[in-house]
Amino acid sequence: MTWQEVVTLSLGAILIENFVLTRFLGVCPFLGVSKKTDTALGMSLSVIFVMTAAAAASWAIRQYLLIPFDVEHLSTIAFILVIAAMVQFAEITLKKHAPELFTRLGIYLPLIAANCAVLGVALIIRDSGNGFIESVLFAFMSGVGFSLALLLFSSIRARLEFSEHPEAFEGFPIALITAGLLALAFTGFAGMRIF
Amino acid sequence: MTQTMRQFKNGIIDQNPTLVLLLGLCPALAATTTMMNAAGMGLTTMAVLLGSNIIISSLRKLIPAKVRIAAFTVIIAALVTVADLLLQAYFPALSEALGIFIPLIVVNCILFAQAELFAYRNGVVRSAIDGLTAGMGFLAALIAVAALRELLSAGTLFDFRVLPEAVPEIAVMAQPPGGFFALGLVIAATQAVRKRGKARETV
Repeated sequence: MTWQEVVTLSLGAILIENFVLTRFLGVCPFLGVSKKTDTALGMSLSVIFVMTAAAAASWAIRQYLLIPFDVEHLSTIAFILVIAAMVQFAEITLKKHAPELFTRLGIYLPLIAANCAVLGVALIIRDSGNGFIESVLFAFMSGVGFSLALLLFSSIRARLEFSEHPEAFEGFPIALITAGLLALAFTGFAGMRIF
Repeated sequence: MTQTMRQFKNGIIDQNPTLVLLLGLCPALAATTTMMNAAGMGLTTMAVLLGSNIIISSLRKLIPAKVRIAAFTVIIAALVTVADLLLQAYFPALSEALGIFIPLIVVNCILFAQAELFAYRNGVVRSAIDGLTAGMGFLAALIAVAALRELLSAGTLFDFRVLPEAVPEIAVMAQPPGGFFALGLVIAATQAVRKRGKARETV
């Protein structure tokens, strides 16, 4: 890969095709854990880690298991099992080797198994037909994009606590409208030409 | 009211999986650009939910509690794969429009919530009815969001022109931000109606 390709792919995954705000993947954790910046940070790190690892594992499984045995139609089942197993594995490894990080990320890890962003990145990579390095870089940058959206949103939401809004919009609806405004800002990147 | 009737009211109105319990928000945003997509997504999810509830409730005595989450995952993923392949074969246009959101039904929280909280603890018939009602609630929520989005972005419903041509089209409602706005408005409307209902009960 040339460095131009790396920059194009990275900015594309972070800004132009942001995972949460343009592709609607990972909206549940985006709305669920964005009340505090602290928890948002923990979730972001876990998602980046799991997404990158899941992309690498699912790419290898597809290339060396599903395609040789001609069972590509089973990719959804294979990917979700790999992701679930990997989340479990990540939990055990972190607990043993990095207990400090584990106590910070511990509660988010099981949640990630059911996060559509992780399965989503595996499926997007499957459909794109990219090579290994591009796929892993894309997954990592998509994770960074998710984190950017989550951290931005959590800091807006902290201010939302003290703002006045109609009673019916209490809680989730006002958060969704705010997310819409944030997404509107991100559509501004759509026409961006990088080179 | 009989138990079945109560289950229907619960699934569609009081405990609507998307508008009240706030589950399955990703498809409610991604598959609601048009009424056609919403109906396709809602019906597919409903079919998978019905199937998974029937299978899980009939196998509930055989699945050990320790590995139940893994068992649910495999059953749901198998059913979603079947649905995905059927759509690709018989409704290629819809399959194309919904893209990866069909395989992503696997991680729809509604399916897991239903499996864990209902199908694993109840008989086949009651689980089937509960799956059906929760599926209908999800479908109703998608249709409501999609109606708002298609009406405002194109002035049509199911591709039939409803608003006169003179009404300006709001293109952003068909784009990603419009999804957030429409879902927010629909949930706010639900909360307003529920609040009014509660106030009447207490008076």
